[in-house]
Amino acid sequence: MNEEITVAKTLDLKGLLCPMPIVKIAQAIKEIEIGEVIEATATDPGVLADVPAWASTSGNEVVSLEHGDVITFRVRRIK
Amino acid sequence: MEEEKKNKLSMVVFSGDMDKLFAAFSIALGAAAAGMEVTMFFTFWGLRALKKKVATGKSLFGRMLGMMYGGDINRATPSKMSFGGVGRWMFKKMMKAKGVTPLPELRQTAIDLGVKMYGCQMSMDVMEIPKEKMLDEVQGCVGVAFFLEEARKSEVQLFI
Repeated sequence: MNEEITVAKTLDLKGLLCPMPIVKIAQAIKEIEIGEVIEATATDPGVLADVPAWASTSGNEVVSLEHGDVITFRVRRIK
Repeated sequence: MEEEKKNKLSMVVFSGDMDKLFAAFSIALGAAAAGMEVTMFFTFWGLRALKKKVATGKSLFGRMLGMMYGGDINRATPSKMSFGGVGRWMFKKMMKAKGVTPLPELRQTAIDLGVKMYGCQMSMDVMEIPKEKMLDEVQGCVGVAFFLEEARKSEVQLFI
């Protein structure tokens, strides 16, 4: 597990549908410092494809993406 | 010399249909969220998306158009199964139940994220919709040359 990663901000995206999870992540990541990590929970399975794609376009890094009862993912701000 | 294309999206929004406006604003928001510059050029039926909820038209035909195709973004009907407004009501109900963000909020979020919106001056002249009857956030009323200049500097171009 990623015990050593400290989460700078958490975000609840449960119930939100495309494109709002990506919009909220993009807004929230501006509020943390470069190198810091944001953790979010979501319910729309669309984010499984969209979060990595968004990270690739925006130049940020997906640290983890897990699909359990809810989807939990962590993104590191790179720029 | 080849000009370098920017990390930018330029979009023509021709349609004023509810479903197509959802597509247009969702893509615009996705692009803006990923750090892309976004320009939306609204023409013909698409002007509905920028209109205030006011009557438009000066001439007889202009006023008729304003009455038959009046209203703001909330009056947009789906491109299929419109059924004289029943389709709009049904889709709004279904989307609300699923938690889809409504069109006016998508548009506002686009504005907040710095998406630039322009109206087509020629369509506005034909349809008799002056700039005062459009949202204050509209950046300007422009022509085809303006759009093409934006589009050729953009990595992604769309027509909706």
